[in-house]
Amino acid sequence: MADVMAYCDPQSAAPGETIRFMVSCVGAAEYRAEIVRLRSPQGPPDAPPFREEVVETVANGSYPGRRQEIQIGSWARVPASPLFNGLDSFTLQAMVWPTTPGRGRQALLGTWSAPVAGGVGLGLGPDGDLEVRLGDGAGGIATLASGQPLQSRRWYLVAASFDAGTGRLALLQRPLADKTFHAHRTVVTDMETGVRPAAGDGPFLFAAWRDDGPFGIGGFYNGKIDRPRLAGRALTPAEIEALAGDAIPAALADAVVAAWDFSRDIGGETIRDLSANRLDGETVNMPARAMTGCNWDGSEHDWTRAPGQYGAIHFHDDDLDDARWEADFSLTVPEDWPSGCYAARLRADGAEFHVPFFVRAPRGRATADVAYLAATATYTVYTNNLARFTGDHVELYQGRLTVMDETDMLLPRHPELGLSTYDRHSDGSGVCYSTRLRPATNVRPTGRLWNYCADLFIVDWLDRSGVGYDVITDEDLHRDGQELLDRYRVVVTGSHPEYDSKAMLDALDGWLRGGGRLMYLGGNGFYWRIAYHPRKPGLIEVRRSEGGLRAWIAEVGEYHHSFTGEYGGLWRRQNRAPNALCGVGFISQGFDASSHYRRTAASHDPRVAFMFAGIEDEILGDFGALQGGASGLELDCYDEKLGSPPHALIVAASEAHSNTYMLVPEEVAIPHGASDGVQNAGIRADMVFFETPGGGAVFSTGSIAYAGSLGHDDFDNNIARLTSNVLKRFVDATPFELPGAAS
Amino acid sequence: MTVRQLPPGIDATRLDLAREFRARPFGAHSGDLQHLLNVMRGLPIANKHVLVMTEPHRQWTLAEMTGQPPLPRLLSNQVFHSLEEAEWHVFKLRWRELTGAPLEID
Repeated sequence: MADVMAYCDPQSAAPGETIRFMVSCVGAAEYRAEIVRLRSPQGPPDAPPFREEVVETVANGSYPGRRQEIQIGSWARVPASPLFNGLDSFTLQAMVWPTTPGRGRQALLGTWSAPVAGGVGLGLGPDGDLEVRLGDGAGGIATLASGQPLQSRRWYLVAASFDAGTGRLALLQRPLADKTFHAHRTVVTDMETGVRPAAGDGPFLFAAWRDDGPFGIGGFYNGKIDRPRLAGRALTPAEIEALAGDAIPAALADAVVAAWDFSRDIGGETIRDLSANRLDGETVNMPARAMTGCNWDGSEHDWTRAPGQYGAIHFHDDDLDDARWEADFSLTVPEDWPSGCYAARLRADGAEFHVPFFVRAPRGRATADVAYLAATATYTVYTNNLARFTGDHVELYQGRLTVMDETDMLLPRHPELGLSTYDRHSDGSGVCYSTRLRPATNVRPTGRLWNYCADLFIVDWLDRSGVGYDVITDEDLHRDGQELLDRYRVVVTGSHPEYDSKAMLDALDGWLRGGGRLMYLGGNGFYWRIAYHPRKPGLIEVRRSEGGLRAWIAEVGEYHHSFTGEYGGLWRRQNRAPNALCGVGFISQGFDASSHYRRTAASHDPRVAFMFAGIEDEILGDFGALQGGASGLELDCYDEKLGSPPHALIVAASEAHSNTYMLVPEEVAIPHGASDGVQNAGIRADMVFFETPGGGAVFSTGSIAYAGSLGHDDFDNNIARLTSNVLKRFVDATPFELPGAAS
Repeated sequence: MTVRQLPPGIDATRLDLAREFRARPFGAHSGDLQHLLNVMRGLPIANKHVLVMTEPHRQWTLAEMTGQPPLPRLLSNQVFHSLEEAEWHVFKLRWRELTGAPLEID
C-alpha cells in the first residue's frame, strides 16, 4: 500500500482565495485528488450514513506521486562569516542542561561539518561526556573527551579551547551548584595535537552539525543551551568563568568573537550576539524559548519581568514548526461555493488521506444567521497525538482497548510528522508548540470519532436542520475578532472546543453581551489558554502549567508563553473559567461508556418552554453513536463559584457514570478516593440555559458525546428535537429577556 | 506510575469477576473488577494487545504493539465484529497471563 500524506494552507478560505495542497506520495506513481464536501462522519452502523460529496472542480484529477521529506529537529544557525571560519585559536563555551546524554553523539555548538570532517564542534560524545572535535578537512581529526558523562537535567559550564601556536586543546566541564547533592566534579583535561581546524565557509550552528543527509543537517541535541560564547583565542579557566557571566567583561572584549544572549527576542526566531560583531542568527523548527536559564533562582516566574533568567533555548530532536513542502496542486474557491466543511480526498493504491479545509462566507459578509465555529485551534493542538497510541496508561484512562486504523499507523511509521501538544518530546519534556503546516493523521472524517470527525455529527444535524449556516474557524475568529461574530445571530460550536486565545474569548464575550446566542454543543470547552504565533499562521503554543488535566506538566518557571509573554494554562486560573462564558466547566472525563441526562424541575420553567416543545421524556439521550449515550467522554457542570450565572437554569443533568470517569485534578485538593463516577455525584454533565443582558442567550450541553446522539434513529429523537428547538428559537430575532428584568 | 501487579484479593478463583466483565465490559464495575482491570490495562506498552480497525466501525483485528516507536503487529487470525467481543477475548488472554491458568468459565 502507498503512503499518501498531505496538508494545505490556508485552512480556511473565502471565495476567490486560493488554497495550496502539499502532498507526499510514496509507493505509487500517481494519486487521485478529489475535492469533497463533508456532511457527516464515517460512523458506526447505527449512525447516519457517511456523506462526502465530490465537488466538481478543475483541481480534481490525477497527479504524479513524489516523496517529500521533512526535516525534523530544531537547531540554530549563524550565517557563514570569516570571523569564525577564519579562526586559528579559539574558545567555545556555553552553559548546557542536557536531557539525553548517552544517546549518541550530539552537537552543542560550532562549525563542525561531518561530510568533510572539518571545523570545530563542541558536543556530547557517544557516552554522554563532553567532547570536542577538530578537523582539518583533509583527514586530520583531533578528539578530546572529558571521560565523565554529564547527568541529565543538570546545568554544566562546558568549554573547549585551542591554541594554534602550541597545539594545546583543552576541555572544561564543571557542574553548577544547584542545591542538590551529587558526586560529580569539575573535569579539566587537555592534549596536544598537530591538527589545525579548517572550518571552510559554512555557518556556525547550535544543536546540530552539518551532515550529508537530505537536508545537510544532523547531530541534533536534546537539552538547553544558555549564553554560548566564542572567543578568538584559548582562554584560561578563569577567563572562561568570567565570560560565562551575564555581560562581556571589558578585559575580554577584544577576545570575544560572539556572545549570544538567548534572552533577547524570546518571542521570535532571532538569536542575538551581544558582541560588536553582531553575529546574529536564527532558530529553525521552533526550539522552546522562554525556558529557565542556568541562573534562574525561582524568584520570578514571568520571563517578561526577568528575561535575563530566561536565556536558555531548549532544543529537541523532534521539534517541527513547518513541513516546508512544495505545493502539488491548488484550488481557488469558486464564487458560488457555499460555506462549509470540505476536504481534498487523496487516493493511491489502496491508501486514502483527507485534508480538511473550510470555505467561509465571502469576505466582509455573512450568508446566514448561523455560524458553525470549527475548532481549528483544538484540531491543531491535537494534531498527530502519538501518545494516544503509545502511552503506557492510555488503556487505563480510556477503559477500553486502544484502537488504531491504517491512517493512525502512518504516525509511528513517520515520526518526522512531528508531535502534538499531548505528547512529550523524545527527552521527556512536554511539547508546547504545534503547527497545522504538516500532514495530520487525526484530523479527518474517518477513524476515531473525536474532534473533527465527531464534530461532523453536529455539521450533519445543522445541515439537515434547513437553517442555513456559514463556517468560521478558530483561526478566523482569532484574527478577525468580534467583527466576524457580529455578522451572526447564532454561533454553534463543535463537540470539544477546548483551546482558546484571549482574542477568541474576548470576541465571544463581547458578541454575547451584544445579543449573540451561543450553542455550545460540547464538553471541556474554553479550558486552555493558547497563543497563536503573531507572525507564523497555524502555529500554536500551549503551556500546561499549574493546574488542570494535563498530558504533561510544564517545568517550574516555564508557565508563560514565549510567543506573547502571557501566563499559560487553564483559563480557570486566570479568572475566566468556562463557566462564566457558557455556564458550565470541565469536571470529569471517561471513555468507556456514555450515559443519559435526566430532566430537572427547572426544565419546566416557562423560560425554557420553547426548548422542551414536543418532549415529554424525563430521560434524554440514552442512545447515541458515541458510546451509547448523550452524556459522556468529557463532561462539564455548573458551578456558581467559577462564574456560572446565578439565573441560569440547569434543565437536565446526567447520572450513572462509570469508574473511569474521575474528577479533574483541579477539583481534588485532597485526594479522597471517592473521585469516580460511581461514587461521586459531582460527576455529571449539566445542560444549561441562560439569557444575557443584550437580549441574547446561551445553551450548553456540557458533554462531548452529545454530538453522537443527534442523528440517532434518523434524527427522530429527544436530543435532536431539543437541539433543533433551541436553534429555531435562537435564530428568531426576538430578544431574550433576563428573568425579573420586566418587573 | 506503575500499577501494582497481582494485588491482594485478585486470583484465579474469582470467576465472578470474569462473569461480571463478560456481562458488561463497558460501564460501571464493582470495585474488585475495576482493580483487576486496572492491573490488566496497566500492562506496559511493549507487547500490549490493541485492536486495528480493519473495516470502519465494523471489524477489528487483534494486534500487539512491538518495536520503538511501538507499532501494531496484526494477529490476523483474531478478527472481531464487536468491541465487546474483542474486550472479552483480550480479558481471557490477560487472565491467563496474570494468573498462569486459563479462564475456564461456562
